[in-house]
Amino acid sequence: MVNSPLSKDPMKVIIRNPKRRQLELDGSRQVRDVLRELDLNPESVLVIRNGIMLTRDERVAAEDTIEILSAISGG
Amino acid sequence: MRCLKCGEKAIMELSRHNSAFCQPHYVEYFENQVERAIRRHQMFDRNDRILVGVSGGKDSLSLWHILVRLGYRAVGLHIHLGIDDYSKTSYGKALSFARERGLELIAVELAERYGMNVTQLARRVRQAPCSGCGLSKRYILNREAYERGFAVVATGHNLDDEAATLLGNVLHWQIGYLARQSPVLSSAGEKLVKKVKPLYTLTERETAAYALLHDIDYVVEECPNAPGAKSLLYKDVLARIEAESPGTKQRFFCEFLDHARPRFRAGGDEHTLRDCAMCGQPTTSGLCAFCRLWERAQRRAAKQKTHRPAVKEAIGDESEKTVSPY
Repeated sequence: MVNSPLSKDPMKVIIRNPKRRQLELDGSRQVRDVLRELDLNPESVLVIRNGIMLTRDERVAAEDTIEILSAISGG
Repeated sequence: MRCLKCGEKAIMELSRHNSAFCQPHYVEYFENQVERAIRRHQMFDRNDRILVGVSGGKDSLSLWHILVRLGYRAVGLHIHLGIDDYSKTSYGKALSFARERGLELIAVELAERYGMNVTQLARRVRQAPCSGCGLSKRYILNREAYERGFAVVATGHNLDDEAATLLGNVLHWQIGYLARQSPVLSSAGEKLVKKVKPLYTLTERETAAYALLHDIDYVVEECPNAPGAKSLLYKDVLARIEAESPGTKQRFFCEFLDHARPRFRAGGDEHTLRDCAMCGQPTTSGLCAFCRLWERAQRRAAKQKTHRPAVKEAIGDESEKTVSPY
């Protein structure tokens, strides 16, 4: 669920694709589920928490902040 | 996930290789891929002077970084295209990278040398900016490399770039381009410098990861001219296929190189190169494509200046200068 008003500690997700936007997700889940929920292709992004890259099976806690960085550039 | 090599916690998974690596082993994987590509295609050796095309993006800065790290003699060349703040930021990233590491960076400013930037060029010739931009970058890289005595030009094109280009060439059956698309284009005559793409087996995602792991500060913003570019559409299509069927992108490009390209080359026309009548650079016709394009742009700029000089001079438009491209 995105941007739920009931969440006490929503997961913060910063997306740089390449423009920066921030949103919140409720609850803990795996990186692959975060990407699926946000309709982001795992082949096109890197997911970072506290400066460390995460694999798709990594669990992200509800109170975590993660950054999703687009790896695709044009030209 | 655990690292394939040491069993420690992995930071990067590679579905197409059915593997994952910890940080040190990911860096080792990445650098091995580059070294293997260099050796397999005999791109250059440690005695050669290499001119690296450096845009300020993750691919070119990572390439420059890795070549220096592996002990190659690499000098950077940045072409300042004059695309709004994007070009200023890009140049800033390239310059900072070079200064922090004590590397030599050559900078060429398009507007200063040829009288107009990429945006003005596109407006004059009434074409999409990307075609004039790409042509100008290729021309300047070759010319600078030749005039400064470099053995080879290296660019940061990666697997995604090459697969997207291949898809475009196949969709439009560009036979000539299919015959020439390769990670190595040998020198043809002394004025056409050898061109290589050492990152061609690595994806953009892998290059971005390498840049992050080495604290390479690159321009994250997209070129303002990129939205709508066909290359982005092709990359998106290929990424979707790759997510469903890992390894497809690599097979598409690498098997093209091994099996299909030789057939296109066998059926292609051989062109004889001669010197461009204006600039002396190699071309298959009387005037090279670069001179034709820039001459057209400058003719139109001069014509517009003649028709409405007062307005332009009043707002101080530098683009109205008519300067020979050479």
